[in-house]
Amino acid sequence: MIFEYIIFYLFSGILLLSSTMVVVVRNPVFAALFLVLSFFTAAILWVTMQAEFLGIVLVLVYVGAVMVLFLFVIMMLNLELSKLKQFYHRYMPIGLLVAVTMAVELIIVLTPEKLSQLQQSQVSHPAEYNNTAELGRQLYTDYMYPFEIAAVILLVAIIAAIVLTMRRRPGTKHQDPGKQVLVQAKDRVKVVSIDVERRD
Amino acid sequence: MIGLQEYLIVGALLFSIGVAGIFLNRKNVIIILMCIELMLLAVNTNFIAFSQALNDSAGQIFVFFILTVAAAEAAIGLAILIVLFRNLKTVDVSEIDALKG
Repeated sequence: MIFEYIIFYLFSGILLLSSTMVVVVRNPVFAALFLVLSFFTAAILWVTMQAEFLGIVLVLVYVGAVMVLFLFVIMMLNLELSKLKQFYHRYMPIGLLVAVTMAVELIIVLTPEKLSQLQQSQVSHPAEYNNTAELGRQLYTDYMYPFEIAAVILLVAIIAAIVLTMRRRPGTKHQDPGKQVLVQAKDRVKVVSIDVERRD
Repeated sequence: MIGLQEYLIVGALLFSIGVAGIFLNRKNVIIILMCIELMLLAVNTNFIAFSQALNDSAGQIFVFFILTVAAAEAAIGLAILIVLFRNLKTVDVSEIDALKG
């Protein structure tokens, strides 16, 4: 019992600290690495909430793919760190005010007694319960259409990202597949008849 | 068993940190994108906490879709960022003011 609390407070402490560092640190590479740490700790918290599949998905998709994409972009852009290090003090008070107000409001809303009554239905699943199988069963039956729409959204994202970043620079040489297909043998091979030369 | 409230409070604090980050980092669009990811993470944590408290896996299904859409959003956002940097040579929010809004 006490072990659960130690795990929870340790990992939520790491999560909040590392997410604060994401916001505060000036160097975007460090911010990305702290964001990786926050995602990893959040995945552990999700696993303690018996969402094993989503915890692993968070590590695989976010730490493995999205954050690598972020790091790629940061390294490609070649930002001037000295410019980025200037802090915008003008927005600091209003930002902190909004954030603290929101946190206090949310905590006030989330502490009444009704929420603790809600936990009565909370069950801990038996050892043979398979979170992945349960989610998969629901995804392929009840949520089939949303699942397919999600696939289409990913396809749209792929095409959009490629179209946005593609550019035709002047002066580069590239092939035109249409013209290549239309070409005939007689366009390529030219038979030249040359007069036989006589040796003198 | 750790209750619903503790997880919800962690989610609320995480969300507030994300909001504060958007206010504080006016120099770098990349960090603003990261703050959006933090806020999505907080929302997903809330969804999973409620899913466990109500013993209903619909919340986890929803988190699955949020993760999908967030990955697509990050990819498109970074592509836009690259095009922006290629054209303007900056990722400073205060210098991207072509619309004069």
